[in-house]
Amino acid sequence: MTQQNNLNPESSLPAEQSPKDLIIQMNRIVKTFNIGQPNELEILHGIDLTVHRGEFLAIVGQSGAGKSTLMNIIGVLDRPTSGEYFLDGVDVANAKDQQLSSIRNAKIGFVFQTFNLIPRTTALKNVELPMLYAGVSKSERTRRAKELLELVGMGERMGHDPNELSGGQKQRVAIARAMANDPAIILADEPTGALDSVTGRMVMDLFHQLHREKGKTIVLITHSKELAAETQRIVTISDGNIVSEQRGMA
Amino acid sequence: MDLLENISLAITGLLANKMRALLTMLGIIIGIAAVITIITLGNSIQGTITDTMQEMGGNNIMLMLQNRTAQMTYTVDETDLITEEMLETAQQMYPNEISAFSASESVGSGQAKDGRKYSNLSLSGVNEGYKLANNITMLAGRFINDRDMLRESQVAVISDRTAQAMFGSVEASLGGELRIYCGEEIWTFTVVGVYEYAEDSTTAMMMAMMNGMSAEADIPTNCYMPVTTSWRLSGYAEGYSQVTVIANPHVDSAQLASRLSDFFERSYYRDNVNYTVYAMSMDTIIGQMNSIMSTMSLAVSVIAGISLLVGGIGVMNIMLVSITERTREIGTRKALGATNASIRMQFIVESVIICLIGGAIGVALGIAGGTLGANLLGQPSRPTLSSIAVAVFFSMAIGVFFGYYPANKAAKMDPIEALRYE
Ligand SMILES: Nc1ncnc2c1ncn2[C@@H]1O[C@H](COP(=O)(O)OP(=O)(O)OP(=O)(O)O)[C@@H](O)[C@H]1O
Ligand SMILES: [Mg+2]
Repeated sequence: MTQQNNLNPESSLPAEQSPKDLIIQMNRIVKTFNIGQPNELEILHGIDLTVHRGEFLAIVGQSGAGKSTLMNIIGVLDRPTSGEYFLDGVDVANAKDQQLSSIRNAKIGFVFQTFNLIPRTTALKNVELPMLYAGVSKSERTRRAKELLELVGMGERMGHDPNELSGGQKQRVAIARAMANDPAIILADEPTGALDSVTGRMVMDLFHQLHREKGKTIVLITHSKELAAETQRIVTISDGNIVSEQRGMA
Repeated sequence: MDLLENISLAITGLLANKMRALLTMLGIIIGIAAVITIITLGNSIQGTITDTMQEMGGNNIMLMLQNRTAQMTYTVDETDLITEEMLETAQQMYPNEISAFSASESVGSGQAKDGRKYSNLSLSGVNEGYKLANNITMLAGRFINDRDMLRESQVAVISDRTAQAMFGSVEASLGGELRIYCGEEIWTFTVVGVYEYAEDSTTAMMMAMMNGMSAEADIPTNCYMPVTTSWRLSGYAEGYSQVTVIANPHVDSAQLASRLSDFFERSYYRDNVNYTVYAMSMDTIIGQMNSIMSTMSLAVSVIAGISLLVGGIGVMNIMLVSITERTREIGTRKALGATNASIRMQFIVESVIICLIGGAIGVALGIAGGTLGANLLGQPSRPTLSSIAVAVFFSMAIGVFFGYYPANKAAKMDPIEALRYE
C-alpha cells in the first residue's frame, strides 16, 4: 500500500542503519514489567534482531522465554523499556499512541493463537475491519475482503459468523484479515497452536503461499520444530536472550 | 470508522441481547413516557379549558363576593349581596365599557309533567345578559328580558328537547303551559321561548355517569326563568354572590376589572367589615389556569428527570458490563489499528442508540397513554412536536453523557492486557 511511504522518513536516518531491505531493526531491546514495584521483572535482556524484507522467520523457545513479549514489541502493541526499534525505517520506540495505531493498521497483520475474530460479525465484516479503520471506501473494502477470502479458500463462507466456523476456518479468516491492508509484516503467535495437525498444515501452507506468491515478510512463533524448520531462519530465545540463529530449509 | 458502521454494529449487539437491552432501556422508557403522557394530556386539558373560556368570552369579567377575613366559615348575609341596583349604577358609571351583566341562580332539578309526557329539567333563574354570555341560540320566541325580571313573571325558556317531549314541536310550545314539579312544589310556567340544546360532551358524559347511563331523553336540559322569579319561588335573598360582566369588544378587561373592584369597594362595601367585591377578568383566570398547568408540568418534568437520571445510570452500568465482556474484542480492534478515538466513538454510539431506542419507545407509549387519557376525558389528544423533539434530544444527551465514561474506559485499555484478558 502507498501508506508505507508516508511513514518512512528515511532521510532522518543514517544511511547504513536503513538499508532498503531491512524491515525490522532492533538494537539492545529490554523489556521490564512492573517497573518500580517489588515484583519488577526484566523479561527481555537486550535483544538484537534484524529481519529482511520478504523473509520468513521462526521464533522458538520454551514457554515463558519471552517470545510473545518480543512479538508484541515487534507489532508495536507494546513499547520496549529501552533500546532502539526501527520498523520499515520508522523509529517506533518514540512514536505517539495514535501513530502506533496507524502503524499497526497499515504495516502489521496479526494472527493469534485464539483467532480473535470479532463475535457476531460475519467473516466478510471481520476482514473488512482493518480497512474500515484505514478509511477505505465501502465498495473497495468489500471487493478486497472477498478477494482475500477467496485466496484463503473461504469464499463460500463469507456470510458466516465466527461461531459457525471451525477452528481452521476461523484461522483462515483471521489470516485474510491480517492481509487486509497489505501489511509489510505478518506476525503469527502460535497460529497452529489451537489446531489439529491436518488443519495446522493447511494454515502453514497458506503462510508459505503468502510468502512465496505475495512476498510477505512473516514472523512465526511456534513450539513445533518441524514447522519452524520449514522457514528460512530459526531464532531461538531462552530466558529473554537470543541464544541461537539457524538457517531453515526454505 | 464511519458512523453508519458503528450504528449497525450497535444494533447487532443489542439484538443479540434483546432482554438485557430492554431492561437497560426501562428507566429511559418510563421517564420519557411519563413526560410525553403528561404533556399530551396537559395540553388536551389546557387547550379545552382555554377553548371553553374563550367561548365564554375572554373579555368577560367575574364579579364575586370575597371574604375580607379569609374565614371560609363566615356566612353571607342578605345585606352583603350584590344588588340589581348596584349593577345598574355600575353600568351608568361605565356605559362604554360594560355591554351587559349576566347572572344566574340555580334553583335545582325538576321535572315537567303532563299525563304520561315528561321532561327532566335543570332549573335556573337568569337575567337578560345571560343569553349573551353563554352563546344561547334561540329557535323560537324570545329570551328572558328585563320586563320579566321586574314583574317576577312565571315565564320559562325551554330547550327544543323539552318542547318536543311536552308539546310535540317547537312551534306548538310557545305560549304553552308547563307544570313543573320541583321537590314538594308544583309551579305553572308559560313558555315564551325555545333555545337549541347544544350537546356538551363533558356534561353529557358526567350526567350519563351520574344517572347510571339512563336514556338520552332523560338527560336534564336547562329551563330558564327570570332570576327575580327564582328568588321568590325558592325564598332566596334578593341579590347575587356572583355576576359576569360582559365587556364591550375593544375594552381592556383586566383594567376594567380593577376599576370595577375599586368602584364597588368605594361605593358600597367600604363599611362592610366582612365582604368586598372582587373582580377578575377571564383573561386573568385563563392566565392563572395556564400557570397552574405549567407548574404541574414542571413538577412532572422533575420526576421524569429523576427517572431519566436513574435510567442513565442503568445505561452506564450496562455499558461498563458490556466493555468488560468485550475486553478481548477491544484488544483485537486495537491490534487491527483502531485508534482510541474510534473505540470511544463506537461505545458512545452504542450508548446513544440504546437511549434513542428507549426514548422512541417512551415517546410511543407516552402518546398512547396521553391519547387514552384524553379520550377518557372526552378531549382530543394533543401531543406536541416540541415535546417529542425535546424527548429525542434528551435521550441522545443521556446516551452521550452516561456513555462517555464507559467508552473512555474502553478507549484507554492497554491493548496487550485487553488481548490477554480471560
Ligand atoms: N504483563 C505482564 N506482567 C508481568 N509479567 C509478564 C507480563 N507479560 C508477560 N509476563 C512474563 O513474561 C514472561 C514471558 O512471557 P511470554 O508470554 O513472552 O512467554 P512466551 O515465550 O510467549 O511463552 P509461551 O510459549 O508459553 O507463550 C513470563 O514469565 C510472563 O509471566
Ligand atoms: Mg506466548
